[in-house]
Amino acid sequence: MPVKGTNGYDAKPHGPHTHGDAHHHHTHAASSHHGGGHHLLQVEHLEIAFRMYDPSAPYLRAQQVESAVVHDLSISVHVGEIVAVVGASGSGKTLLADAIMGLFEPNAHVSGDIWFDGELQDAAGLAALRGRGISLVPQGVSHLNPLMKVGRQVDGFPGGRKPDAARAQRRAQLFERYGLGPEVAQMYPHELSGGMARRVLLCSALMDDPKVIIADEPTPGLDLDLATTALADFRAFADAGGGVMLITHDIELALRVADRVAVFRDGTIVEETAVANFASPELLEHPFTRELWHALPEHGFLVPEGGGSC
Amino acid sequence: MPQYLLKQIARLLLLLVVISMVAFALVGLSPVDPVQANVGQAAYISMSEEKRAALAEYWGANTPLWERYLHWASGVVQGDFGTSLRFNAPVAHVIALRAGNTLLLMAVAWAVSGLLGFALGVIAALRRGTWVDKAVKGYCFVLAGTPTFWLGLVFLMVFAVGLGWFPVGFSVPIGKSAADVTLLDAVHHLVLPALTLSVLGVANIALHTREKAIDVLESDYIRFACARGLTTWQALRRHGMRNLLLPAITLQFASISEIFGGSVLVEQVFSYPGLGQAVVTAGLGGDAALFVGIVVVSAALVFAGNLCANILYGVVDPRIRRGEAAHAR
Repeated sequence: MPVKGTNGYDAKPHGPHTHGDAHHHHTHAASSHHGGGHHLLQVEHLEIAFRMYDPSAPYLRAQQVESAVVHDLSISVHVGEIVAVVGASGSGKTLLADAIMGLFEPNAHVSGDIWFDGELQDAAGLAALRGRGISLVPQGVSHLNPLMKVGRQVDGFPGGRKPDAARAQRRAQLFERYGLGPEVAQMYPHELSGGMARRVLLCSALMDDPKVIIADEPTPGLDLDLATTALADFRAFADAGGGVMLITHDIELALRVADRVAVFRDGTIVEETAVANFASPELLEHPFTRELWHALPEHGFLVPEGGGSC
Repeated sequence: MPQYLLKQIARLLLLLVVISMVAFALVGLSPVDPVQANVGQAAYISMSEEKRAALAEYWGANTPLWERYLHWASGVVQGDFGTSLRFNAPVAHVIALRAGNTLLLMAVAWAVSGLLGFALGVIAALRRGTWVDKAVKGYCFVLAGTPTFWLGLVFLMVFAVGLGWFPVGFSVPIGKSAADVTLLDAVHHLVLPALTLSVLGVANIALHTREKAIDVLESDYIRFACARGLTTWQALRRHGMRNLLLPAITLQFASISEIFGGSVLVEQVFSYPGLGQAVVTAGLGGDAALFVGIVVVSAALVFAGNLCANILYGVVDPRIRRGEAAHAR
């Protein structure tokens, strides 16, 4: 399932454009830059389908069919910004993260173009970028091995080998920066609090010195204020020249911390727009995004006829 | 820890008391007449009435069951496990003589089935859905449905009778004096029974390991390890092995009882003079002392296996170790 390139137009230098312009299906925020004349991460026309037995056919005569879960999905991450991918829980947003990390299920069929830092990637290229350019910050403590001390896990196993002393030192610095005491390294995952686990997972990602962080629901169970505080670390990372793709189901959180919002619905991104455009529904292009706007608490929880689907 | 051990020892004693009672009761209730069973049909018929009565007295057929049990139990407390009527020797002697053979057989089968089963399970999980996985699964399903004695007979027919590679039975060559038996002789006689037991044990362990390995491979922490740049194999080696070890320990030590049960059948088929064969002889011959003696020894063995598993959990799993430490404080 190679991610094959069909059009390489964005690998070429990018012409200047002004804030608010729609280009490559999206509008910019003030903090979005094109470092080196291209996007840090760009996904174009991503399709993900799963080969499975036809669930509607009689059991023994079912043929294998391809069921498309993600289709024609495009999204970009610029230097210095947080892009929030907002969609309902269970709508397949995590598949986007999997596709960018090159982690496919054996029965998945993936096609489309993914550029990283101006270079078109294939499946092997994406595999090589895991932990070496693109890092994942997962949801919670279940992503840590329950039987290994936290310190060793954060150090990781670069190239499958045991980490050296330099990595332990780097980990100690990261722990200090994120308010984790040295004793945390000796703990096992079940001894961490939720907040500690979140910072440990962030440190794990930062150990590998990434350019792009993909954060998959990194603040489960936190209320808006606490989540905003927790995401300050991602803000700092973006301000220092990184790019963050924040996958979340929480539109309010996205509007609070992100620079741009990509609205995910029915397996694709219907609109990718600057947070500033949420000031008024006229600035939003897609009807679903406007529905979303009206459904926000400060706009009166308005749900259209037939019910909203977010 | 000392408290834990004391508790376990108390449990073991209670278990042994109950088991010996049940075993005694079973021998007593069995329809086998020890006198008839042991002197043989022809001798029994031609025997005088007084002689029969004397033998019945000797075998304790007329003494009530509870009295015999108390007699036996008071002996055990003093370290005397009684005398095997069938072998005409102290029970401890008979067991010591035969335990060596059985323990060797079990140890080989236990180690081979554990290691091979674990390896096959992990390989099948890593290659799941491919022909490798299907081959391992097919092998396991066929063997899981194979009776031990039948497989032993097949091996005998193929390797001992047909090919002549291995002897048809016993633990040492027939007609050789005990002093002349070499290690090679012993190994030569061990191969087929050990192979029978191992091959069957593999199926269970491989299938369980495969299931668990698939769970581990689909876990969040393996996915995260892969997202940090490890290959599936590296992630499994660094993060999966310890997680796989926990269920493997449970299975491996629980399989002691299965292997012991299997060894009874295998020893019968291969005429291998071990505890399994002795317990069959004792049961059919109404030899209560020997029967109960072997039952108690095997129960202690299985108990020791489970105790080992419990202690090893704490070594492998920090959640158990640290949980207990926190409990003790």
